[in-house]
Amino acid sequence: MEGLFAPFLLSGAEGQLADAARVEVNGTPIAFTTDSFVVRPLQFPGGSIGELAINGTVNDLAVSGARPAALAVTFVLEEGLSSSVLEAEVRAMRKALARAGVPIVAGDTKVVERGKADGMYITTAGIGTPIPGVQIDARNVRPGDKVLLSGPVGDHGITILLAREELDLEADLTSDTRPVLPLVEALAAEAAPGLVWMRDPTRGGVATALNELARDCGLCAEISEEEIMIRDEVRGACELLGLDPLHIANEGQFLAVVSPEYAQIALNALQLAEGGKDARMIGEICEQPASTVVVHTRYRGSRIVDMLVGDPLPRIC
Amino acid sequence: MRYVDEFRDPELITKAAEEIRRLADPARHYRIMEVCGGHTHAIYRFGLKDILPENIDLIHGPGCPVCVLPMGRIDDGLSIAKESNRIFAAFGDMMRVPGAHGSPLEHKARGVDVRIVYSPADALQMARKNPDKEVIFFAIGFETTAPSTALTLMAAKAEDIRNFSVFCNHVTIIPAIRAILDSPDMRLDGFIGPGHVSTVIGCRPYEWIAKTEGKPVVTSGFEPLDLLQSIVMLLRQLESGQAKVENQYKRVVPWEGNRAALQAMAETMELRPYFEWRGLGFISQSALRIREKYSHWDAERRYPVPETRVTDPKSAQCGEVLKGVLKPHQCKLFGKECTPEHPIGALMVSAEGSCAAYYNYEHRKSLVTEIASVA
Repeated sequence: MEGLFAPFLLSGAEGQLADAARVEVNGTPIAFTTDSFVVRPLQFPGGSIGELAINGTVNDLAVSGARPAALAVTFVLEEGLSSSVLEAEVRAMRKALARAGVPIVAGDTKVVERGKADGMYITTAGIGTPIPGVQIDARNVRPGDKVLLSGPVGDHGITILLAREELDLEADLTSDTRPVLPLVEALAAEAAPGLVWMRDPTRGGVATALNELARDCGLCAEISEEEIMIRDEVRGACELLGLDPLHIANEGQFLAVVSPEYAQIALNALQLAEGGKDARMIGEICEQPASTVVVHTRYRGSRIVDMLVGDPLPRIC
Repeated sequence: MRYVDEFRDPELITKAAEEIRRLADPARHYRIMEVCGGHTHAIYRFGLKDILPENIDLIHGPGCPVCVLPMGRIDDGLSIAKESNRIFAAFGDMMRVPGAHGSPLEHKARGVDVRIVYSPADALQMARKNPDKEVIFFAIGFETTAPSTALTLMAAKAEDIRNFSVFCNHVTIIPAIRAILDSPDMRLDGFIGPGHVSTVIGCRPYEWIAKTEGKPVVTSGFEPLDLLQSIVMLLRQLESGQAKVENQYKRVVPWEGNRAALQAMAETMELRPYFEWRGLGFISQSALRIREKYSHWDAERRYPVPETRVTDPKSAQCGEVLKGVLKPHQCKLFGKECTPEHPIGALMVSAEGSCAAYYNYEHRKSLVTEIASVA
């Protein structure tokens, strides 16, 4: 994205590499984003590709400080995909749209030859209007600001890994896919003036999202391992496979940076909102080491956590 | 979580750290080698360096199978796999390891059928399911993973699955430790012995290190408390002037090892006369190859192998780092030409390699300390 697409294709939009871009149309600010969804298997415990495609774009808008106004969708279907599978996805999408309170207003469908797509790919795009009083910009992050996380991490990524049935592992785990919009709204209602930055830690997990933050603000995100909630099922799978839960994808969580005077208010607002009881304050922003994420372990030790490069690969030998 | 949480109990860890401080003689500098890459990874992951006294230096040993594999072997394996109709199956560990012509993942991007498996048995299953394809399993690892390769070879032979073979890169740990101890610039006080390798070979094979070389060895588990406890045990031996082999990882490691696993290895594999180790050079009788009676399942016998030799750049000081003569960041290339994204030397390749672990978890922290100390 940054190496090729950004220099050639992106220009003019403010905050180009955030989850959604801000554009002005006749003086009206609009948040604009798009995302493609490829997932195998198409259905997994707790969700499916259709639901992900709606929630993903709704969440990109929400964490950019925008209320989704309308979505567009494109399906790329593999020849031979059963109509019942397609119908199930369309129904899942309708449910997710209702939950997020946003309509689909445009769409397109293409069919490719058998073997050219994993059943189906879905692309969604969305526009939204700014939530009043919310200004999201990593450059406004200051030392002393607090880092909040909306809930447990790693559920989605590990659910998908296990649903592929390539591992002889089973766990009672479901994807966390959901719209985070209600949580963002609850947070903004109480703490908008203190809210500086948000991001949904999807691919690459919390570690990658925080590294992007650290890079964009040039500061250090110091987080405490103890405060990050990880379900035993996720921890167990990560321990067995040599994966770091901080690198595992989430589809229903978000990170927020809030100025210190609003931090407690923001945390309370999140915890009182529906689906927010597991929100935690996981750390704070410091000056040094610059552009780095440091995790404090439970034993007074610390380590640096980097971005995920490529896919998480299990370590065996 | 059982077997994990009790070994990560902050209170017990604090106690162990205090005991280490009490035992460590401030007038002395301790150099302890953790042989196994898994230990190196755990030390950085749990931030254990931060809680150890400064006069205890942990030297990262040769026990990272991905790191010590010469680049040419990857090229050889991939050159077999490149032919159409073949599937190259390997552990996730291998996927980003660069050969001279790219890593397995890069080959996958170019259209080679490269797949990640979690065990050699999965690769054999792949062969059963794809009878029209030839599946080549790229076997790697110390005695930890060799038994599962051995059992898979036995299963392939028993079922006569003809479209499966193994490209064998298994190595053995003892000759590598010997090579390090034989090195003239070697200065070590003791060893944290490998945990998983010892589940197979037991503790007896280390006895010569204590008897002949006079260095204590403690076989250790991988949790923070395991490692600290092992250091306590080493310090106690050093304090009393003893050198013996002790087993901290009793919940997993039997003193005599795993006889069934050793038998499966002996049935299917034999020692190679010599094998090249990245960073250490050629070491005699340090690796395993597949026995003649399993030749049909030996990719090296079945397919032409180009025997590619790629020498690491002279400026890479992997050997010195492996032997503990240099710290990762003291190598001329560290963090400049050689990074985890563009590894030049062996130890930057895998997350368990000491340079990669140091780079990922420690590097920038130490930069801050350096800046602070200058100021």
